[in-house]
Amino acid sequence: MKLLKLVPDNTNIHFLGWRVPFFVVSALLIVASWGLVLTQGLNLGVDFVGGQMIRVTFVGKADAPVGAMRTEIERLGYGDPIIQRFGQPNEASIRMKLPEGSDARPDLANTMAERITSALKAAHPEVRIDGVDSVSGKVSGELFRTGLLSLLAAMVAISIYIWIRFEWQFGAGALLALFHDVSLTLGFFALTQLEFDLNIVAAILTIIGYSLNDTIVVYDRIRENLKKYRKMPLPELLDLSVNETLARTVMTSLTLLVALVPLVLFGPASLFGMAAGITLGIFVGTYSSIYMSAPLLVWFGVRGDSFVPAETKVDRAEQIARGEA
Amino acid sequence: MLDFPRWKKVWLWSLILLVSIASLPSIASLSGLNWPDELPDPAVNLGLDLAGGSHILLEADARQLSIQRLETMEESVRTALRQAKPAVRIGDVSTQGNRLSFMVESAADVDRAREAILPLVNGTGMTREWSLSVIDETRFVLTPTEQGNTAALDQAMDSAKDVIDRRINAIGTLEPTIIRQGDDRIVVQAPGQEDPEALKALIGQTAKLEFKLVDENALPSDIAAGNAPAGSQIFPFADGTPQAGQGIAVRRLGGIKGDSLTNAQQGFSPQDNSPVVNITFDQQGAAKFARLTTQNVNKPFAIILDGKVLSAPNINEPIRGGTAQISGGFTVDGANQLAISLRSGALPVDLKVIEERTVGPDLGADSIRKGLGAMAIGTGLILLFMVVTYGRFGVYANLALVLNVLMILGIMAAFNATLTLPGLAGFVLTIGAAVDANVLINERIREERRRGRSVVAAVETGYKEASRAIYDANITNVIAATLLFLFGQGPVKGFAVVLVIGVITSMFTAVTITRMWVAGWLRRTRPTDINI
Repeated sequence: MKLLKLVPDNTNIHFLGWRVPFFVVSALLIVASWGLVLTQGLNLGVDFVGGQMIRVTFVGKADAPVGAMRTEIERLGYGDPIIQRFGQPNEASIRMKLPEGSDARPDLANTMAERITSALKAAHPEVRIDGVDSVSGKVSGELFRTGLLSLLAAMVAISIYIWIRFEWQFGAGALLALFHDVSLTLGFFALTQLEFDLNIVAAILTIIGYSLNDTIVVYDRIRENLKKYRKMPLPELLDLSVNETLARTVMTSLTLLVALVPLVLFGPASLFGMAAGITLGIFVGTYSSIYMSAPLLVWFGVRGDSFVPAETKVDRAEQIARGEA
Repeated sequence: MLDFPRWKKVWLWSLILLVSIASLPSIASLSGLNWPDELPDPAVNLGLDLAGGSHILLEADARQLSIQRLETMEESVRTALRQAKPAVRIGDVSTQGNRLSFMVESAADVDRAREAILPLVNGTGMTREWSLSVIDETRFVLTPTEQGNTAALDQAMDSAKDVIDRRINAIGTLEPTIIRQGDDRIVVQAPGQEDPEALKALIGQTAKLEFKLVDENALPSDIAAGNAPAGSQIFPFADGTPQAGQGIAVRRLGGIKGDSLTNAQQGFSPQDNSPVVNITFDQQGAAKFARLTTQNVNKPFAIILDGKVLSAPNINEPIRGGTAQISGGFTVDGANQLAISLRSGALPVDLKVIEERTVGPDLGADSIRKGLGAMAIGTGLILLFMVVTYGRFGVYANLALVLNVLMILGIMAAFNATLTLPGLAGFVLTIGAAVDANVLINERIREERRRGRSVVAAVETGYKEASRAIYDANITNVIAATLLFLFGQGPVKGFAVVLVIGVITSMFTAVTITRMWVAGWLRRTRPTDINI
């Protein structure tokens, strides 16, 4: 049986030759992402801004009466609700942010949710309340802080680990590649205005983990080759390493995508944002492992003797001293 | 590397068998099959977002608790000084500014007053709960200490947890988890809860019952303007009572608190058959109640629940039997719920719902169905993909993958971990990532073969060289997932759990187990070439 080979044997793409244009593209994408995040903003869910999110199904009806719901909820005087179709046409989600100055009333989010559900039940006997999330301002503030903290901590902890296992240049390269991946993912959420909630933070942490998988495979090979080909110029050596590991990089990303895409397409509606985020992150992460993590090492000045054992350096110094080299 | 001693093989195979058996109940419960009752059932827990149910986070009103402490202290001080022989007369009592201050009328009484209230100030434990100072010769100032407030809150939270426990137990149908969180919070998780509103009403009701005499001298105009006469306090009538929207002035001191109840039952009023709550006092409470009603026949007294007046009936005759009836425009359910709340005791502190996450059982079941469906499609594609790409080596990777899924379920069940909706996503991701290790190994074997190494040497190098990258990559994943677990909350924690377990088990299945299979095959057949 002839086996499938996605990356032909002895591929030799000159990745490093393209490093400047690709860096420009990456830098532009990062700037564009942050621009979007700062101007458009993220569509922060109730987890982070407080308020309530209710999911309802109109049992036995074809469509959710969005207009009527809006009128009924606005009448309660908490402000304008965000009502969206969610999954099937007869399912909807109702989101309401906390009104200004609600700090003194920690249970306001909950009262709001209670009044909205009872108003809906009164107006539509066929409505089924599928889910209620209500989060007070205090809790949402805590969730926001811990979410942000965990992202930063993960990026730093992982970079430190790589620094210890490899060299500082690798740690810095990984950190920058991670920054790239996280920025683009945030940009994606700013662009699509998909709801950004706790699940998305989980998605980003996962992206951080798996994006590094590919990076590490490349770095590991660079380390190996640095020991093997001591005289090879660095760009050439990096090209060789990326090409040698290309098949694995592509394959591992592909297996992840094969598992994730069905989750995006057929999974539960409430996992859509998370699954879509991770899927995008896998793409971006694969790109950055090939076009960023390795080329960055050139700029950071990894030298051929980075992984040569210390004694050898001493031996070499002695050899020079004895005039043998 | 291709040498697997017999003991190691036996050990690995028994582990595989054990874990697979441990995962069976979980598979049965996820796919909705009935697991026979006779067998032990260590199935994986389903989170509330999959099983349906409510997660409610309650926070105590610490400020209100410290006000309450001041008020209790005021009463204790008054009692202690009244009972001193001879009684110490005091005046100008104030609880403003988070401290209790009062003046002793005669400067000669200062030392005696200090002696009488010292036992109250020192509290029972090791911590000093109040600091006492005397200023301007006759003014006593009592300030609650930080430790005192903390200890009081801690105690209040412990007993609040017990009260909630008793209340939910009184419904009898739920198997809730009630845990204290931090200094001032309690989490209630109730699976399969059909009516979260009723649950919240039950656990959130403070149920502080008070009987206070109505101040008949208060002018209606003053009450309407919210100005209480000296020694009185204005309380609003509760919603649902005929006087809702109005207020009533009651005497601040000398009432009875409802904490001396022995029983409360829902019943019907003999007069108009409306739902009421019948309460029974303990001996001490009954005596106090008898004294209050005897001394105040033909005067009205207010029945106050959580700061709202339910009714203010006249005392027609002394009530000596230690029983009373509370009416106040109840529905049967409302009266029943109040009876439960009163029976299980008042909450020592007001609790507010600051977070609620409720998922209906239909949505949960739908999520499981869709999640498992997506997982099945993804897994099928990966299995196919691996065979097409790596042939025999792909088959080994696939067997290891199936084993990995069983292992994760088995381990989760054994450690009583909870599978949440994001956890299902974690599963899908783990499935995609689990074959990563095999991809790395197999690609390396391909590479080594291309370089002309012999079959055995290529396989050996493939496993050895790839293991280093696999190890590094998985450590970073464990770091990310651990942080997710530490900082995450609820369902996201469930995602992290699956991820961590999945990363660890996949190292075992994808590296060690497949190596055993590959080694066995190589030794049996001694192939001169491999199709990879």
